[in-house]
Amino acid sequence: MTQLYALTIGELAPLLRDREISAVELLDAHLRRIEAVDPKVKAYLRLTPDLARAQAADADRLFQAGAAGPLTGIPVAIKDVLCVEGVETTAGSKILAGFKPPYEATAIARLRAAGCVFLGMTNCDEFAMGSSTENSGFFPTHNPWSLDKVPGGSSGGSAAAVAAGEAVFGLGTDTGGSIRQPAALCGVVGMKPTYGRVSRYGLIAFASSLDQIGPLARSVTDAALVLSAVAGPDPNDSTCFDRPLDLSQLEAGVRGMRLGVPKEYFEVAGMQAGVRESVEQALAALEGTGAELVDVTLPHTDYGLAAYYIIAPAEASSNLARFDGVKYGLREARAESLMDTYLQTRRQGFGAEVRRRIMLGSYALSSGYYDAYYLKAQKVRTLIKRDFDAAFEHCDAVVSATSPTVAFEIGAKTGDPFAMYLNDVLTLGGNLAGLPGVSLPCAPAGGLPVGLQVLAPQFREDVALLVARAYEQAGGARAEVARVA
Amino acid sequence: MTLSRDQVRHVALLARLGLEPGEEDYYAEQLSRILDHIERLQQVDTDAIPPTAQVVEVLPVMREDEARPCLSQEAALANAPETEDGFFVVRAIQEADPG
Amino acid sequence: MPEAGDWEAVIGMEVHAHLKTASKMFCGCSTDYLGKPPNSNVCPVCLGLPGVLPVINRRAVELCLKSALALNCEIQPSTKFDRKNYYYPDLPKGYQISQYDLPMSRNGWLEVDGRRVGITRVHLEEDTGRLVHAGDRLESADRSYVDLNRSGMPLMEVVSEPDLRSAAEARDFAMALRGILRAVGAGEADMEKGQLRSEANVSIRPRGSEELGVKTELKNINSFKALFNAVEYEIKRQARELEAGRQVVQETRGWSEPERRTFSQRSKEVAQDYRYFPEPDLPPLAFAPAWIAELRSSLPELPAARRERLVSESGLSEYQARLLAGDLEVADYFEELVRRGLKAQPAANWLIGEMLPRDEPLSVPVAETAELLKRLEASAINREQARAVLDQLYETGKPVAELAAGLEQISDAGALADVIDAVLAANPQAVADFKAGKEAAVGPLVGKVMQATGGSANPKLARDLLLERLRR
Repeated sequence: MTQLYALTIGELAPLLRDREISAVELLDAHLRRIEAVDPKVKAYLRLTPDLARAQAADADRLFQAGAAGPLTGIPVAIKDVLCVEGVETTAGSKILAGFKPPYEATAIARLRAAGCVFLGMTNCDEFAMGSSTENSGFFPTHNPWSLDKVPGGSSGGSAAAVAAGEAVFGLGTDTGGSIRQPAALCGVVGMKPTYGRVSRYGLIAFASSLDQIGPLARSVTDAALVLSAVAGPDPNDSTCFDRPLDLSQLEAGVRGMRLGVPKEYFEVAGMQAGVRESVEQALAALEGTGAELVDVTLPHTDYGLAAYYIIAPAEASSNLARFDGVKYGLREARAESLMDTYLQTRRQGFGAEVRRRIMLGSYALSSGYYDAYYLKAQKVRTLIKRDFDAAFEHCDAVVSATSPTVAFEIGAKTGDPFAMYLNDVLTLGGNLAGLPGVSLPCAPAGGLPVGLQVLAPQFREDVALLVARAYEQAGGARAEVARVA
Repeated sequence: MTLSRDQVRHVALLARLGLEPGEEDYYAEQLSRILDHIERLQQVDTDAIPPTAQVVEVLPVMREDEARPCLSQEAALANAPETEDGFFVVRAIQEADPG
Repeated sequence: MPEAGDWEAVIGMEVHAHLKTASKMFCGCSTDYLGKPPNSNVCPVCLGLPGVLPVINRRAVELCLKSALALNCEIQPSTKFDRKNYYYPDLPKGYQISQYDLPMSRNGWLEVDGRRVGITRVHLEEDTGRLVHAGDRLESADRSYVDLNRSGMPLMEVVSEPDLRSAAEARDFAMALRGILRAVGAGEADMEKGQLRSEANVSIRPRGSEELGVKTELKNINSFKALFNAVEYEIKRQARELEAGRQVVQETRGWSEPERRTFSQRSKEVAQDYRYFPEPDLPPLAFAPAWIAELRSSLPELPAARRERLVSESGLSEYQARLLAGDLEVADYFEELVRRGLKAQPAANWLIGEMLPRDEPLSVPVAETAELLKRLEASAINREQARAVLDQLYETGKPVAELAAGLEQISDAGALADVIDAVLAANPQAVADFKAGKEAAVGPLVGKVMQATGGSANPKLARDLLLERLRR
């Protein structure tokens, strides 16, 4: 029999409902699995077994009372940037070591109310800045499919946990690809909703106009289920919109749909032949189930990375100003003046990549450079959004690879920030344009997972998920649990 | 586009990031490399293009003016590195502190 | 170099006012923070905890718009918030949510001393917390203490054009602004409580010159009097500097009330770089014209209109009307007295002359003042007695009926006859003077009668009776 830790929410739900297994048993299976493989994978920064046990016991009471919902009793891995009340939440940074939020993120509160079981906080690149989880202030996470490789990032801990059977699903955040890219590299399903679909309240901000919370899961249906649970307006987030989300028709198939293939996305620097082949196979499979492939163009693709690496660092430089050693987190105790407290606390507390981006962002906003950099990047952002608007005139969704490469060796790119940034080149357009996007596994290349990305127009998560589901059903790769060797 | 050591020093101070010996050159080199790539933005004609600050249009929703309970003082201070008599404590502001 | 004293001051004001809302600008914490233990009026949002987001308080926007309309500003069709980035321990997020290039309103004016002073802009932002320095506490001098109770209070900033020319005008501008804010219900604008903070940008130039001199920015001003004194001092200081051949340095200067001087706080040579950019956590606002129209029509009578009405309806002088109309509560108090049947002129005189100079002028209930003035009008008591009763009213709060009992004026000629006889007998010289043609000699005699009756005689009656006897 398949291990409990390898099942999807869809498979677990009847077992729990019919009381063939209890939520406590399901939790124990996960805790044992974590104990067995996490020393190698290192997906979790910290576990919350006491909280989880209490939640699992509550869940079993709900099942007993017949009051359970679709996520009741399901163990979840939470990216360390989402505030869980009373649980140390650090954004993967030493500067927040020991910080226990006195409040809870809206998405977390919704999962709690849905009866989920919180396994712990997962590793990530510090403040979600990175594409490999190597920028964590604590330790790197390993790809469960090949332990000397990175899991992608920044939500690498959540992706690895789901891929390794250390959680049924995970929550991540995506600012330039931080859900989709690790999902691709770990062979799981990752979904970034439309900007504003999920409340950002309680998400430790990286770049406010780009950040979105979303699920990492082992099936498209699971991802849809989690999205439904966390989506929707929130009085605490003014950028969170109130629009219907109907995910009930995901099985409808793609017959008659037009899928846009942007040539620019197949020509980006560093695109691996194996990745391209795998994605082309997936497109052919979709065509085989009745979709029409159409050529579209996204002419400003070459400027996306540049615009992104102005806008995101600029917002980050402001968002991270609050880490000053006064109200919470680290303070450099040897500082002799207030200025010294600021300089030394932020020098010691932030890692190299975070400092780099704060400097870049401060520079882009500084007097005399604002127009040339920040304002210019915002205008280019408009053009990138218009590229997608134009493409969606000709197609229902845009399909491509999620990442130009498969998982790379740990340490391979840490010395070259710019090479690392190139990992995001196919995903960040979706953030700049505010689009929903899914990454799901297609055929592996060289034994490593490859991700297929589906981008849909704003508010059309249903379209992105429907296309993904159609491919999943057409015999595309299923998100399986890695053996971890 | 190259960033000078002085510019690195200025930006680091603006952002309150302490620099250790040798780091000015390190950051000057790395940031210059990134800025080299970013320079391509200048090739795009954006004269007639409005900037996008927020990409998804939402109707601004304002909050009704109702007071809600606050955190307790204890909860407010719980994460602080140093407190005294209900205050957060910091090193005194020195005259030399710019801005 | 102009002659000493031949300088013209050029003054612009930046005034920050707390808005009278129940909750803070971007969170649900109460605005009733004064006197609370430190850091007990805070929530994750105004503490700037990681992950929090601001949500705009509708009422604060409404009060800012009403104030802007009352200041004759153009409301901008769309507006946005921006982040102003700087580091200071009382600024918990490391940025202040403010408005930079698209403020809520622009181009208004405020009438000050009969003249229009331009209002550049009115915008909305959040207040910072408060830093308590070691000097204020008995601790070591190397620490400062941070209280964030005030953090996130709704703050409106009003910026004037450099249209003011004297310390008195600067003070009158702030007072007139307070009058507007109180009239529209935007705030209490009490300077002593920090609800109204005035900063003055002061420069001087040779009279007749069109160029602007180097300005200094005056801060730390906690009362209208201090505002006047600070600007007055600064104008003289700048004149001294220039007359001595030195330069005025562009800088921020604080006002020290005990020392009655301004002092340099921070050199602006290294200009602040606030790195403003649009606040990504708040969508831009667009105001429906219908809402603006509704707010405009809901504006109450403003001080300028009320002043005109007090002149035309109540027959007050310009001077009286300005004094009364400048303050909403004073004007209401006055009109209530008139509504209660008192004559406008004497009521205005009483209010201006006897009550406004006191510490809390309107702490006497209007009903009691009306009662007192009725007795005065009916000559049941004289002015001196009334003043004594007023002192008692402020001190004890007892009703006039009780305080004035036994103070009835002696208005009965028969009752005064004996006193008059005695006074005439005791002052033969005055009597002789009068009879020799010095009619003014009657004055001291009236005084003697008042003295003899312990102040209870009706002075007019006493005078009439004395004249009658002396002319006999």
